[in-house]
Amino acid sequence: MRVRTLEDLLAAKKRGLVTLYPQKTKIMVGMASCGIASGSRVVMKALKDETRKLGLDAHISPIGCIGSCYKEPLVDVIQPGKPRLTYANVTPVKALDIARSLEGGKPSLDGLFTRIERDENLVEDTKVTIADGPEGGGRPAHGAEKHPAAKEYASVPEFCDVPFFKQQKRIVLRNCGIIDPDNIDEYIARGGYFALHKVLTQIPPEKVIEEVKISGLRGRGGAGFPTGLKWQLTRNSPGSVKYIICNADEGDPGAYMDRSVLEGDPHSVLEGMTIGAFAVGANEGYIYVRAEYPLAIEKLQKAIKQAEEYGLLGNDILGSGFNFCVKLSKGAGAFVCGEETALMASIEGRMGEPKPRPPFPAQSGLWGKPTNINNVETWANVPVIMARSGKWYSEIGTEKSKGTKVFSLVGKINNSGLIEVPMGISLRDIVFSIGGGVTDNGKLKAIQTGGPSGGFIPESLIDLPVDYERLTGAGAIMGSGGMVIMDEKVCMVDMARFFLTFTAAESCGKCTPCRIGTHVMNDTLTRICEGQGKEGDIEFLEELAQTVKTLSLCGLGQTAPNPVLTAIRYFRDEYETHIKEKKCPAKVCKRKFTPEEIAQMKAEAAKRKAAAAAKSQTVTGEGPAAGAVGKKASSQAKAEKKDAGKGKD
Amino acid sequence: MQFDFEKLEHILGQHKPNPGSLIAILEDVQDQFRYLPEEALVLIGNRIGASASQVYGVATFYNAFSLIPKGRHVVSVCLGTACHVRGAGEILDHSRRKMNADSSGTTPDFEFTIEEVRCLGCCSIAPVLKVDDEVYGHTNPSKAVEILEGYKNKEEAEA
Repeated sequence: MRVRTLEDLLAAKKRGLVTLYPQKTKIMVGMASCGIASGSRVVMKALKDETRKLGLDAHISPIGCIGSCYKEPLVDVIQPGKPRLTYANVTPVKALDIARSLEGGKPSLDGLFTRIERDENLVEDTKVTIADGPEGGGRPAHGAEKHPAAKEYASVPEFCDVPFFKQQKRIVLRNCGIIDPDNIDEYIARGGYFALHKVLTQIPPEKVIEEVKISGLRGRGGAGFPTGLKWQLTRNSPGSVKYIICNADEGDPGAYMDRSVLEGDPHSVLEGMTIGAFAVGANEGYIYVRAEYPLAIEKLQKAIKQAEEYGLLGNDILGSGFNFCVKLSKGAGAFVCGEETALMASIEGRMGEPKPRPPFPAQSGLWGKPTNINNVETWANVPVIMARSGKWYSEIGTEKSKGTKVFSLVGKINNSGLIEVPMGISLRDIVFSIGGGVTDNGKLKAIQTGGPSGGFIPESLIDLPVDYERLTGAGAIMGSGGMVIMDEKVCMVDMARFFLTFTAAESCGKCTPCRIGTHVMNDTLTRICEGQGKEGDIEFLEELAQTVKTLSLCGLGQTAPNPVLTAIRYFRDEYETHIKEKKCPAKVCKRKFTPEEIAQMKAEAAKRKAAAAAKSQTVTGEGPAAGAVGKKASSQAKAEKKDAGKGKD
Repeated sequence: MQFDFEKLEHILGQHKPNPGSLIAILEDVQDQFRYLPEEALVLIGNRIGASASQVYGVATFYNAFSLIPKGRHVVSVCLGTACHVRGAGEILDHSRRKMNADSSGTTPDFEFTIEEVRCLGCCSIAPVLKVDDEVYGHTNPSKAVEILEGYKNKEEAEA
């Protein structure tokens, strides 16, 4: 079924609206990786079995993740004349209750998390009142106030009033948790592929690039290079063969927005890439996905196949004469492959080792051809920018950081999940308003952003507005958007060591500063953690960090010292306590004793024991008190021995 | 152990015979044989026109590949930041100890290989572990062992 004209697209949209807002009961289950891991598969099965048993005519659909992962598994229901209702933490037993209540036409009030009255169609700038269904599709239109049943749900907080969602602005995540990712028609129904149609039929490539430049969009993979400029450089490079790459090698621990977008809305990335390919003059594209994301790979494969069947990928897209095909390249587990030159080496089937720049990928990239590489989140922004205009996009965010950013809010935080917020929002808003504060009423100690390339931001900087420049100024980086919340029970020296263990293991080994430097830093930090630190270690770390930062070949090495440097900058006293007092204030690090220390302790214990024995002999006959003293001494020695043993594991 | 060349030929038949296919071929071989047998590496290199050093380089560079056989189920304990903060290190140590895994993480009966993985991207339900393609959230050391025992019991029941 090829889509060649605007009419064809509109027909697909109509089909999509029918499944998005059917004229009957609809049940949606969040089936992204996090949902499945929380048990949504059994919930889905329970719902299917029960509706069949009850003879309830319902459209049951899997959807992606809406972001509130702390409420997984999530089940959403829509019945004609009622808002969309979201149930949280649904168990299979609860699922049966929900199905039964739907059969009676009165969705259960038990376990409701939120309700959505209207779905915002961001691309088209329209809204659909869910109780009515869209005009021209779904249910017959009649005013919401005419639904007496809807009043019963007035006590359930509306989506835009729930603290977790209130301050969010969902551009990249516009369809996540709304559409069935396997159904291209639902993507089209939400305005998908209309931007591509507009670009291919009305806008010349130079103008597309101009529009992206106006938007102020910057690379969401971490470095924040202006996207429009990158496209321009690739377009200007001589050569008839050029490539487009989507970097989906999301290796930063603590970040998972790319996975969620690929699992919940893969077509947004494909559409963005096709627009980009048209702008730079490429006819072939690659998506490099990590092997650790099997579900994302599956969803992408399906999406590519569907887009090909619709003629939205392949030859003569939308009858414009423009050709573009996309191939999937699976990673094999190497963090360094997130670096663009290493990633391209990996697509070529080689070891993922970075290359010195220049030449930049825009001049000589994949197989020596000009290549434009952007991250998943960047690509997902593109269709909206083309649909709504660069100016519209540039009005969101701060002066130098435009638009929104998706963050994964994880660690010791109550409302753990994926959020998309306008640039410039304060960390306080993110952690306390959206995130609901630290778990177990703990005290916030630090926020880690940017994974192993980023740093720790102390609690004292909680009012820092989040954008590229300010995070860099604080010693951290925006990175891909991982935000790990740490409380007082986290040891900052241990965390710095954790990241250095990571980078030392993931360093590809090509350049010496990174290969040796990260190992030596890791060894030094390990020594400090184990209570074997010595005077001058902090200064040594600082000096070595500068060397690694300055001399490493690629981003991995250049940023690897960031966690150590920020940990020293903001938590120097913790380092000093470890070194001078041989103690871990957070009680995380295990003290390790050297054989000499153990021998010395044993000798001291033996001496004390002997002294106690001698004393008790000389004072024999003086009553029970003497015995008590002896006992005390030996129990002390025992306790110390026990401590020494503990240190060994 | 006799090496099954037929299976390897089948895999090679599904890929283009050029050096660019190396990683994709090795991924399939790893899936099929649960490691990269030496015989396979030599043959693959000859077939796709990649030198032995290139094949060996790639085979040892990426975490997904192993030159020694892995267990029937690959258990990946996530040691990402969110999991680390919530105590994942203990899960790895405890499950390896309880399942009698050797230093490479493989159990004596080749049922499991318990290894660490950098991040599974399920940070909101940390700590997380993955058995083959199935992800389990909100785990702890004893729950992890319970999950693995579950796999073992299921197989014994089926046998």
